[in-house]
Amino acid sequence: MHGFLFLQLLTGLASAAQLFLLAAGLTVIFGVTRVVNFAHGSLYMLGAYLGYSLITRAPPTPVGFALGALATAGLVAALGAGLEIALLRRLYRAPDLFQLLATFAVALMAEDLTQRLWGAEDLALPRPGFLAGALRIGAARFPLYDLVLIGLGPAVYLALLALFRTTRWGVLVRAATADRDMLACLGVDQRWLFTAVFALGAGLAGLGGALGLPDTTATLQMGFSSVTDAFVVVVVGGLGSLSGAALASLLIGLLQAFGIALVPRSTLVLVFVVMAATLVLRPHGLLGSASAEAAGAGAPALVRPATPALRALALVTLAAAVALPFLAGPFLLSVATEALIALLFAASLHLMMGPGGMASFGHAAWFGLGAYGAALAALALRAPLPLALVMGLLLAGAVAALFGLVVVRLAGVYLAMLTLAFAQIVWAGAMQFEEISGGDNGLLGVWPPRWLGGPVGFYFLALALCAGGALVLRRALHAPFGYALRGARDAPQRAAAIGLDVTRLRWAAFTLAGAAAGLAGALFAYAKGSVFPTYLGLGRSVDALLMVLLGGVGTMSGPFVGALVYTGLYDALLLATDAWRLVLGAAIIALVLLFPDGLAGAAARRMRA
Amino acid sequence: MTLLAAERLSRAFGGVAALSDVSFAVAAGEVVALIGPNGAGKSTCFNLLSGQLRPSAGRIRLDGRDITGLGPAAICRRGVGRSFQITATFASMTVRENVQLALLAHHRQIWRFWRPAAAAFRAEAQALLAELGMEAEADRAAAVLAYGDLKRLELAVALAGAPRLLLMDEPTAGMAPGERGALMALIRRLAGERGLGVLFTEHDMDAVFGTADRILVLARGTLIAAGRPAEIRADAEVRRVYLGVDA
Repeated sequence: MHGFLFLQLLTGLASAAQLFLLAAGLTVIFGVTRVVNFAHGSLYMLGAYLGYSLITRAPPTPVGFALGALATAGLVAALGAGLEIALLRRLYRAPDLFQLLATFAVALMAEDLTQRLWGAEDLALPRPGFLAGALRIGAARFPLYDLVLIGLGPAVYLALLALFRTTRWGVLVRAATADRDMLACLGVDQRWLFTAVFALGAGLAGLGGALGLPDTTATLQMGFSSVTDAFVVVVVGGLGSLSGAALASLLIGLLQAFGIALVPRSTLVLVFVVMAATLVLRPHGLLGSASAEAAGAGAPALVRPATPALRALALVTLAAAVALPFLAGPFLLSVATEALIALLFAASLHLMMGPGGMASFGHAAWFGLGAYGAALAALALRAPLPLALVMGLLLAGAVAALFGLVVVRLAGVYLAMLTLAFAQIVWAGAMQFEEISGGDNGLLGVWPPRWLGGPVGFYFLALALCAGGALVLRRALHAPFGYALRGARDAPQRAAAIGLDVTRLRWAAFTLAGAAAGLAGALFAYAKGSVFPTYLGLGRSVDALLMVLLGGVGTMSGPFVGALVYTGLYDALLLATDAWRLVLGAAIIALVLLFPDGLAGAAARRMRA
Repeated sequence: MTLLAAERLSRAFGGVAALSDVSFAVAAGEVVALIGPNGAGKSTCFNLLSGQLRPSAGRIRLDGRDITGLGPAAICRRGVGRSFQITATFASMTVRENVQLALLAHHRQIWRFWRPAAAAFRAEAQALLAELGMEAEADRAAAVLAYGDLKRLELAVALAGAPRLLLMDEPTAGMAPGERGALMALIRRLAGERGLGVLFTEHDMDAVFGTADRILVLARGTLIAAGRPAEIRADAEVRRVYLGVDA
C-alpha cells in the first residue's frame, strides 16, 4: 500500500512539473500584457514538434537531449517574439477578448502549418537507453526521466522567481503586472518589455513541449487540448500569479494521480470540479488579486435603435430567407438551416456577453444540453417534435438557471473560465455516461416527423424559431430589461444605487441565454438527425464566440451579421480548400485588424460618419 | 423631524479604523455638509449610509426604521439617492436614457421584456433634465459629457428615484465656479420645495458655508465638531485640523 501511495505521489509530482512548465508562460504573459493567449497551446505543440526534429538529430545522449530542448525553447521564444511584434502589438488597445480571437486564429493556422511541415502522424521520440531507465517500486516501474522532470519543475520555478525578484528587468515586469499605465508614465518603453515577456512565455511553452516528449507523443490535437489544461492551472492559481500557477499545478497533478487510481471514471470531471470549487470559494484564484483582469475595452459603445436603412435591410434579408427554399438546392438549404441555428446560438451568447457583460468560453454547454434534451425526449420518451424542442429548451434553461446562481457573481476571465469548466464537465459526462448519452457514438435517429414536409418544412421551422427567437431577444434588449442589464454592466455601483438588483439581472440574462442556446441545440439535433459530445465541445463554444466578436459585441445587430458571415465563410472554405484552418485563421486575423469593433460596428460607424 | 439617524457608526478595514463611533442626524428639508481632510472617513461614511459597505458596529435609521446592513438596492428603494465621488453613469446610453432607466427602476418596471424602453417616461426624464439645465444634452451620449455635466446627470439620475434623502459625494468637484453656485442653489431649492434631506461632502468651502444648514466635521474617523456654519467657523479645533488659521 505504501508503495502504491509513493508511486502515485511520484506520478502526481511528475505531471505537476509538466503542467507547471506548460502554464508558467501563460500566466507570465497574462500578468504583464493582459492577453488571454489562446495560441499558448500551439506554442507548446510547436515545442514538441520542433523538439522532436532537433532531439532526433542530436546525439542520443543526455547532453544532446538537453541541448535539443534548450534550442527548441530558444526557437519557440523567437517565434513568440515575432507573433507579438507582428500581431498582438496592434491589438493591445482593441476591445476585450479580441486578443483571444486573434490568438485563436493563430492556433488554427499553427495546427494546419504543423500538419503541412511534419505530417498528420503522431510523433513518438525513440527512447535511447538513458531515457528508458526506471525505478522499481514494488511491482511497478517508475521512469527515471520523470524523476528528472520532478526536479526540473521546481528548478524552473525558482529560476523564474530569481529572474523576477533580483534583476532590473524582473522588477520592471512586476511593476507592469501591478500597474502598467503607471509604469508607462515613468518612461519605461512597454513595447519591448511586452515583446520580451511574450518571448519568455513562449520559450517556456516550447521548453515544456520538448521536455514532455519522452512521456507523450507529439500530436496535432495537443495544441487545443493543452491550452485548456494551461488555462485551468492559471485560473485556479490566479491569473498572472507565478506561485499560484505552481501551487495549482501541484494540486491538480496530485489530484489527477490519486483520482485516476481511486475513481477511474472521475479524471475528466475532477480537474474541472477543482476549478469550479476554487473559483466559488476564491473568485480570483488561489493566489490571484482582484486587479488582474483582462484588457479593458474602454467606454462601451452607445446603443441606438435600428435606423430605417437597417430595418429595410433586415426586411430584404428576411424576404430572401423566405424565398430561399424555392431557389436553392438541398445542399444550400441545409447550409442555410445551419446558419439559422447558428444565428440563434450567437444571439443567445451576445445577450449575456454584450449587454450582460459576461463573456462565456463554454456556451456550447447549453447548446449541447438542448440537443441531448431533445434527443432523449424523442428517443426515450417518444415525444413528438414540438414537445422535444421544448424539453431541450427547458433542460438547458433549468441547468443554466441553477449554474447561474453561482457563476454570475464572478467577473471577466474568471467567469469565462468557470463557464468553460462547466461545459467540459457536461462534455465529460456525455462521454462517460454511455448508458444515457451513447458516449462517443452519440444518439442517432432523431429525425423530424413526416408531417413537417421534409427539409423545406424543417427550414421554415428553423426560420420561424431561430430568426424569431433572435428577434425576440433583440426586442428584450431594447425593452426596460435590456436597459437595466446594460446599466448593470456599464456601472454596477450606480445601477445598485438606483435600486437595480444587479445579480438578479445578470442571472436572468444568463438563464435566458442558456434557454435560447438550448432551443438552438434542440433544432440542431433534428437538423443532423443525431447528437454527439462534440456539440458540447470547446470548438462549438469558440464558434459562438467568433460569431459574436466578428459581428461586434457592442452592437445589437452583431450576432446577426457575425453568424451569417461566419457560417458562410466556414462552409465555403470547407468546400473550397483542405487548408481551411489556415485560410479561416488568416481571415479572422484580417477581420480583427481591419474591423476592431466587429463588422456591424464598422458598418454603424460608417453610416454615422 | 429626523429623517436619517446614524448611531455610533464604526467601520474598520483590517485593523485600521476608518470611522469610529460617529453619530449624527439629518432632518427632512435640511442640508448638511460633511467635511474633513482627506482620509477623514467621509467616503466610508457615505458608503455605509448607502449600503455599499456594512458597518462594523452601530445603527443607521431612516424615519426611525433600522436599515443597517441592507444592500444598496434595498436602501435606494427606501428613498435614499446618491451620487458618487468618481462619477458613474451608464456609458452606453444617452443622457435622457440614463434618467429614463432610473425612472423605470423607481417605478418598478425593469422586468418588462417587450415594449421598447425608449418611449418610457420620456417626458418626465426631459422635465428632470430641464430642471437641471440639461435639456439640450438629452440626446448626447453620456460617455462624452464634460465632467461638470456628468455631475449634473448624476444628480438627475439620483433625483429620478424621488428620494427623501440625497447623499452627494463632492457634487461640484470639477465644475467651474459659476456652475457650482448654481448647482448648490438648486440643491437648496429642492431641499426646501420637496422636504428633501441632503447630506453632502465637499472640499469647496464657499459651497459648504454658503449652502449648509449644519456642518459635520470628521477627522481621522471621528466627529470632532457639529453645528451651524458660524459655530464651525469659530471652532478652534476645526481651524487647527482642517480649515487653517485664516479661514
